[in-house]
Amino acid sequence: MDTSRSPSEASGFSRKLAATIIIVYMVVTLIPISWMVATSFKSVDSAISYPPEVFFEPSLEGYVNLFTNRSRQPKDYLDSLPPPDTWYEELVRSREMVITGPSKFLPRYSNSLIIGFGATFFSVFLGSLAAYALSRFKVPLKDDLLFFILSTRMFPPIAVAVPIFIMYRKLGLGDTHVGMIILYTVVNLSLSVWLLKGFMDEIPREYEEAAMIDGYSRMQAFFKVVLPQATTGIAATAIFCMIFSWNEYAFAVLLTQFNAQTAPPFIPTIIGEGGLDWPAIGAGTTLFLIPVMIFTVVLRKHLLRGITFGAVRK
Amino acid sequence: MAEIEIKNLHKSFGNFVAVKNSNLVIENKEFFVLLGPSGCGKTTTLRMIAGLELPTSGNILLDKEDVGYLRASQRDIAFVFQLFALYPHMNVRNNLAFPLKMQKFSKTEVDAKVMEAAKLLRIDHLLKSKVSSLAGGDRQRVALGRALVRRPKAFLMDEPLGTLDAEFRELMCLELRKLHDDIDATTVYVTHDQQEAMSMADRIAVMNEGEVLQADSPKIIYNKPKTKFVANFIGSPGMNFIPIKEKIIPNQSSIKLLDSSLKIPEQREGTNSNENFLGVRPENLRLVSENGVKGNIFGVEYLGSRKILTVETQLGNIKIRVDSDTQVKINEQIQFNTLNNNQIIFDGSNDMALQSEFMN
Repeated sequence: MDTSRSPSEASGFSRKLAATIIIVYMVVTLIPISWMVATSFKSVDSAISYPPEVFFEPSLEGYVNLFTNRSRQPKDYLDSLPPPDTWYEELVRSREMVITGPSKFLPRYSNSLIIGFGATFFSVFLGSLAAYALSRFKVPLKDDLLFFILSTRMFPPIAVAVPIFIMYRKLGLGDTHVGMIILYTVVNLSLSVWLLKGFMDEIPREYEEAAMIDGYSRMQAFFKVVLPQATTGIAATAIFCMIFSWNEYAFAVLLTQFNAQTAPPFIPTIIGEGGLDWPAIGAGTTLFLIPVMIFTVVLRKHLLRGITFGAVRK
Repeated sequence: MAEIEIKNLHKSFGNFVAVKNSNLVIENKEFFVLLGPSGCGKTTTLRMIAGLELPTSGNILLDKEDVGYLRASQRDIAFVFQLFALYPHMNVRNNLAFPLKMQKFSKTEVDAKVMEAAKLLRIDHLLKSKVSSLAGGDRQRVALGRALVRRPKAFLMDEPLGTLDAEFRELMCLELRKLHDDIDATTVYVTHDQQEAMSMADRIAVMNEGEVLQADSPKIIYNKPKTKFVANFIGSPGMNFIPIKEKIIPNQSSIKLLDSSLKIPEQREGTNSNENFLGVRPENLRLVSENGVKGNIFGVEYLGSRKILTVETQLGNIKIRVDSDTQVKINEQIQFNTLNNNQIIFDGSNDMALQSEFMN
C-alpha cells in the first residue's frame, strides 16, 4: 500500500480525473471565446465561408470596420481619389469603400467604462457602509430589512422595466450616465450588502474598538481599520458588481440610445452591407472582454480568498 | 495618571442585568484587578470604564470628572484586548504610531515616542515586522506598547494573558507588574484567573452575578473573605464549609461539631439562621492522633511541595493540606482539628461572614 501520502490527500487517480474534467470544461468554455477572437481577425468573406476556416490569413478588417463608418463608392470615383495615406484607408479602399468618419464604438465603449466602474464603485461603497451598519449596530427590524434587501433579487430586474422606464422618463434620467449608474448600483446593492455583511461579521469588533479608544471616531475607524481588512470581500464583491454592470444588456437597450448607450446594445448594431459584419462584431466583443478580464485577473488573488473566506477559522 | 471612581454603576441588556449598582474606587497608581467567573460582569464594567458600553445608570469619574457618557475617544484611556487587536494591515511601527497620529504630533515626535515605547518593551528590533509574523508574546508586547505609547490616564486590560501558554503567562505577569510600577500607571485588569490576580494586584475586586462582593488586598481577600462565594472562589482548593446546626450568638467562642467541641474566634455578631457554616482553609487544618474530628481518607492529591487530602466525614467531604511527606492510605481512618484561630462563621441565611475576633 502506498503510505507516502496522507489519507486526506487525493489519490493519483482522482487527481488525474479532476485534471481531465477541468481540461474538458476549459475546452468547452474557451472554444466560443477563441472562435470569437479568431473571427475578429478574419476578413468578411472568410468569416462566413463554409466549411468554416480554422486556419486563415489574419486581417485587421474587422477592427477597421469597427472603428470607422464607410460608404461604398463607384470604381471610377475611387480611381479619381489621391492614393490612400494610411494602411487602414488602403484596406477600406480595396473593398471599394471610403472612410466617412469614426464610428460610435469609442464613445459607447467609454460609456460602458464610466457606467460600469461608476456603478461598481457606488455599489461597493454604499454596500460596505450598509453592511457595516447591519453587522455592528442594533438596527430595528434588522432581519426584516435584510430580507427586504434580498427580496429585490427574487425577480429578474427586467421584470420592473416598464415602471423604471416611465419613472426615468419623468425624472429625465433616461439616456444619461447618472441614470444608468443609479440603476446598476441599485440592482447590485442587495448582492453587495449581503456579501459584504458576511465579510464584516468576520472582522472582530475589537479592531474598531481599539481605534476608537485610541482617539478615532467611528467613521475614521471604519475607513482606517475596518475597510482595509475587508479588502478581500470588497474585491470579490466588486468583481460580481462589475461583471453585472458591464454585461447588462436589457436595460441598456431600453433606456439608452444616443448619449449614454453602452457597448452591449451597440455591438449588435454593427451591420455591414448585405449581411452582418461578423469580423467587426467579433472585434467589438473581443475588445469588450478585455477590461473585465483585466479587472478580474487583478483581483483574482482576492477573489479566490474571498469566496472561501471564513470557511475555515484562521 | 488618574483615580477612577465608579458610583452606582448599573448595566442591563434587555432583561439581563450585567452589572448591579456597583461602587468602586480605584486609586491613582493602583494595580486593580476585577476577578470573577465568566459572565460575572467584570468585562462589562471594564468596557463601561473604557466607553465601549454606555451605563444604564450610574457614574464613572476619571480624576473627579464624570466621563460615563463620553465617547471612548474623549476619555484618554488605553485598552488592551484579549485577542490583542493589532491591526493586521500595518507593521509593528505603524501599529504603535496609530494612537499618536490622532494627536497632531510631528513626525519626529511620533518616531521618538514609538521608539521609547518599543525600547521599554524590548520590541525595538521588531518595528518593521508584520504583526502576523510575531509570536504570541511579542504580539502581547506590541499591544501593550500601543496602549502606553500615548501615556494615557489609565490602562484597562481585558484578560490580556488569556491566550498565552502557562509558562509565558507567568513571565508576562512579572513584566506587566514591573511595567506598571516603572511608568506609574493606574491599571484596571480583568481576569478569571485567581493566580494572575493574586500575583499582580494591589487590590482585587471579586465579582459575581454583576455584583462587587469584596474589594481588598489579595491577602485580605484570601484570609478574610466577606462572603462564602469569595471564600470558595479564591484559593485552590477553596475553603472548606462545615455545616453547623446551631444559632451563633455574639461573644460565642466555641461550637459543637458532632460530639466534640471546637474553639472558634470570639464572635462579634450573631446569625439569623440555625443552619450556618464554619469556613476553614485546608492549610488551617491538621491531622491529630486524638480528640479530633474523625474521617476516612477518600483521596490524596500529590502536588509536589504538599498534599491535599480529601477526607470523608459525617459533616461532608473536607480538604486538608498536609506536608508532602505525610504518609496516608486511602480509606485510612484519621482525625483532624484546627491549626489556629483563623476560622470564619458564614451566616446560612445570606452567606455573609460574621464579624469576630479574627474577622475585623
